Amino acid sequence: MEEGRALFVQIAEQIEDSILDGSLGEGERAPSTNELASFHRINPATAAKGINLLVDRGILVKRRGLGMFVAEGAHEQLRTSRRETFAEQYLDPMLAEARALGLDMDAVIDMVRRRAT
Amino acid sequence: MGTAIEVKNLSRRHRSVAALDDVTVSFEANTIHGLLGRNGAGKTSLMSIIAGQDWPSEGEVRVFGQRPHENEAVLPRMCFVREDQKYMDDAKPGHVFTAASLAYPNWDADLAQRLIEDFHLPMKTKINKLSRGQRSAVAVIIGLACRANITFFDEPYIGLDAAARQLFYDRLLEDYAENPRTIVVSSHLIDEIAPLIEHIVLLDRGRVLVDESADELRERAVTLIGRWDHVQDVIGGREILRREELGRLVRVTVLGGLGADEQARARELDLDIAPVSLQQLVVHLSARQGATLETAKEA
Repeated sequence: MEEGRALFVQIAEQIEDSILDGSLGEGERAPSTNELASFHRINPATAAKGINLLVDRGILVKRRGLGMFVAEGAHEQLRTSRRETFAEQYLDPMLAEARALGLDMDAVIDMVRRRAT
Repeated sequence: MGTAIEVKNLSRRHRSVAALDDVTVSFEANTIHGLLGRNGAGKTSLMSIIAGQDWPSEGEVRVFGQRPHENEAVLPRMCFVREDQKYMDDAKPGHVFTAASLAYPNWDADLAQRLIEDFHLPMKTKINKLSRGQRSAVAVIIGLACRANITFFDEPYIGLDAAARQLFYDRLLEDYAENPRTIVVSSHLIDEIAPLIEHIVLLDRGRVLVDESADELRERAVTLIGRWDHVQDVIGGREILRREELGRLVRVTVLGGLGADEQARARELDLDIAPVSLQQLVVHLSARQGATLETAKEA
């Protein structure tokens, strides 16, 4: 866990990452509060808050007596919301650096294209 | 969940010096609280009074709704573990643990035994012949195995090395997950205990400076690095907690998180945004004079 950002938000993001990269599939059981707490060595209440954040957004669903499970459609939902912030999170810092280096946009686009293939 | 401890307008003066000055604060039940502050901030005084071991000059304390002092309904439900704990001269760890098992109705002898092994505590040595770390282990074992409804850990781990401290934090979290209870931990090692604590009370010269959730507090400050005019543009009227300069570059820590627009603006201006750890924030807040966090919130 990284200090200086709300821990429960980081817990939620890490579960999101697992769902996005497929290591946690739809319909699978998500780690429990106590599993998360002991793995990350954090307070169980903080882990519970992170899980609840995902329940509120419909990413996880609670099955009584069984635990938390990844909702159907969670993967697509996360993709959509992360795609919305992709440009801001990744492109803006890249473009800022490119400007500082005096690279023109065509050169940058060219570089991206070459890297992508 | 309810409130375990309520403190109202509590003051404690030693002659003319106020160790606690009009402290009003409450501690939720079944929560791990961090009680932070510099040396002499009043942490030990506050815990001693709540635990019924010292008397207030003014004000009131309620533990589970009752006055704790000389109250047999409340005292056995509290355990106060401190670094400078005094033991009888010839006592060995076993004697102390037996005494604790009689004093605390929820004492878990199995847990105590496991911890004795974890900490490699020599049971045949008199406590006054133990090393500082081993004495700390005795205190930590009592604090964990007593399973009191309220446990105060007043820097009992000062003598423990880094590995033994991690063991303490791990065992505390494990046992707390299975047996939720109210725990108040005071420490200087804020970064170490930060992941454990849900709620923070920061004392400064006998007064309450901060009383809020750890996660809220984490998002209360931010550090910006870049050109001073650009930094100024983004921070507006926010209070500056710390400002350092390196040539034309400044690093400024301000109170009040950035909104999405401000973050975008900071990126446009090529400013680096760095998070502020609880430890850093507590240091900055303790160093600051006058205004409480409440007044800063309104600004």
